[in-house]
Amino acid sequence: MVWYWVFVLALSVLLYVLLDGFDLGIGILFGLTRDEAKRRAMMATVAPVWDGNETWLVVAGVVLWGAFPVVYATLFSAFYLALLLMLAGLILRGVAFEFRYKAERMRPVWDLGFAGGSLVAAFIQGMMVGALVEGLPIANGQYVGGEFGWLSAFSLMCGVGLCLGYALLGACWLVRKGEGELRESAYRLIPYLSIGLFIFLIVVFGYALAENLRVISRWLERPYLFVFPAIGAVAAIVLALSVRRRRHEPPFYMVSLIFAAAFGTLAISFWPYMIPFSITIEDAAAPHSSLAFMFWGAGLFVFPLMLIYTVISYSVFRGKVTSSGSGY
Amino acid sequence: MNGLALLLSRLQFAFTISFHIIFPSFSIGLAAWLTILEALHLATGRPVYRRVFEFWLKIFGVAFGMGVVSGIVMAFQFGTNWEVLARMTGPIQGVLLAYETFTAFFLEASFFGILLFGRPRVPPWFYLFSTAMVALGTTLSAFWIMANNSWMQAPMGDVLENGAFVPTDWAKIVFSPVLWVRFPHMLLASFITGAFCVAATGAWYVLRGKFPAEAYVMLRMGLFLAAILVPVQIFFGHLNGDYVHDYQPAKFAAIEARWHDEQPAGEVLIAIPDEQTQTNYFEIKIPVLGSLIGSMSLDSKEVGLTDFPRNDWPPVFIPFWSFRIMVGCGLIMLLLAWVGSYLSVKQRLERSRLLLWLIFLSFPLPFIAILTGWFTAEVGRQPWTVYGVLRTADSLTPFLTAQAALISLIVFCLVYALIFVFGAVYIHYLLRVGPVGRLAEPPANAIPNRPLSVVDEPVMTNAQYGTAGE
Repeated sequence: MVWYWVFVLALSVLLYVLLDGFDLGIGILFGLTRDEAKRRAMMATVAPVWDGNETWLVVAGVVLWGAFPVVYATLFSAFYLALLLMLAGLILRGVAFEFRYKAERMRPVWDLGFAGGSLVAAFIQGMMVGALVEGLPIANGQYVGGEFGWLSAFSLMCGVGLCLGYALLGACWLVRKGEGELRESAYRLIPYLSIGLFIFLIVVFGYALAENLRVISRWLERPYLFVFPAIGAVAAIVLALSVRRRRHEPPFYMVSLIFAAAFGTLAISFWPYMIPFSITIEDAAAPHSSLAFMFWGAGLFVFPLMLIYTVISYSVFRGKVTSSGSGY
Repeated sequence: MNGLALLLSRLQFAFTISFHIIFPSFSIGLAAWLTILEALHLATGRPVYRRVFEFWLKIFGVAFGMGVVSGIVMAFQFGTNWEVLARMTGPIQGVLLAYETFTAFFLEASFFGILLFGRPRVPPWFYLFSTAMVALGTTLSAFWIMANNSWMQAPMGDVLENGAFVPTDWAKIVFSPVLWVRFPHMLLASFITGAFCVAATGAWYVLRGKFPAEAYVMLRMGLFLAAILVPVQIFFGHLNGDYVHDYQPAKFAAIEARWHDEQPAGEVLIAIPDEQTQTNYFEIKIPVLGSLIGSMSLDSKEVGLTDFPRNDWPPVFIPFWSFRIMVGCGLIMLLLAWVGSYLSVKQRLERSRLLLWLIFLSFPLPFIAILTGWFTAEVGRQPWTVYGVLRTADSLTPFLTAQAALISLIVFCLVYALIFVFGAVYIHYLLRVGPVGRLAEPPANAIPNRPLSVVDEPVMTNAQYGTAGE
């Protein structure tokens, strides 16, 4: 039962990262252009799906609370101000989708909310992952790091890294969904973003080695872990080739694969800890009566239906969005 | 223990949840009303029902979207501000709220899309079915939330083990007698909110001489529904009083501003209760009525607050007054609904402009009643979060600083104010424009995840609507 909920949680988080990743990325890219036609087309490529994407964050949040209350309580209280900023960012960018088209005079405000909110949310998410990798200060199952215990050079770097990563994912989504000049400018961005991300990974790896983070020693103990970076590397090569040949579909899937590989790397190097390296899955799991009650309704029926529904929504929404982008 | 951080966290929770509840209670009521309209449209084939349906579907979309956006914060702040509570009650509260998310997402995602874009693509009976499913989804959401809150108000079916509440009997939690009087009370409150907002809009159109056919349907149906529902609600309100009397006697004493045991007990109608002196100023009191309300007898002994240790007392002023404001709103709504329905049957309603004005101006009443009702329930259950077991002061994140709590309170106030003002202005704009035009035809690639997209059509420009923006 515990493992089922670990699986549900991991899948929800991964889906969130991939799905909201590209639409947060588009929010970041949105801030880089002033061209109203492009902006409309960019929003149009994510407008029908962003709300569903963000739902996975709430799903991950409540599954975490119901199935692993100790982790929910410890992490959320530790990341107090970080989560506050992330939520404010997500709310502002969310309402911007709707309000931008409903008031002309307020539009610059909502545009700022959309780009800024996306950037802040992405940055904070990266920073929180970085803080987890570095190890949150926890003593006797209690967070002891103070208001800014998660703030460090390393976590800031990870924040920048995730912004780059999401922007790359967003650019690949534009390649997949956009047309004409929008697609072409997205193609031109991909190499810069990829190289930026690559440099970031090298710096992070070097830093981790220099600081002798515990994650590194786990890598040396578990050499099979290198399967994931290898998958990532192959995906990166295919990405480069497909961008050169101006193919529409593969780049997005390749970057998704890179993200999934990174996610797998992190998950397995933390294993069996949920908060590295202080709280394990076993420590954190809710009592069996809670997990079983959730399983027989939400877990067994609703969760699979949600997955099916997500697949259907995306297949309904396949095809290109025209760059004239009339409304949505 | 950091007293200021505690106070700020409580303010933040009160602010965000009060703001949030306005939208779900409105949309739960509207969803039920839309189901009735669609059923009437299917049964009679009269086009006016469809026009009214499509008009209120737009409003529903906005209210529902605002509810979703403001609700995201709820899923997080139990963990951020109430770390101990989240850790201890996660096995119960986390599970119930997970069910809320799963059910809401599922019914919302599957059927709301059909409501928005499916009219030309599905058979009429299926469209009605989808409307009913959306109404069911909002109702189930309310059920899980009430299940969660009722367990906190009257915990049962659990044991405290290793510093966590472990559920031992889910049937006791889900079929708690407390839940099954509080859930209908909330549901009826939402239905009445929907009915009054609809009736008030109808009255507004009649007063402005616009959309006579639609206004007539709104006014009549809203008033009739309210005329039936408000008395039922008062009955359930009484049952709620009974559960408070039995499970939370200190809250009951606070609501009644009863400081000392009385036999038979009087009922304080109006007073200014003072906790320092434990007396009431400017008191108007009816003898014996307190025993009658509390225990349905003429000579029962009713307990006063001084029976309880001083540190287990809830505040008295807020529950006492918010309860009376709620009841007052209910009685005014009852009067309006009955007089309005009577005149409507007599075909004289359209001519009594005074009553129309009163109905139009009554639209805030159900919202005020819901908010004050929740103030009574939540302030009255202090100083506990899990009643009688876990204190509010002990639920707080132990290391939360006052400055962090202050920053988050300010940020939430600003963000919510921005959204709320714009959302309210936009709903007002849609109501002003009225039931004209059709729903926007769905774009070829439209899919249903966005409630607000139902109102893509009208854009607020400065020329149309001068006060928008800024």
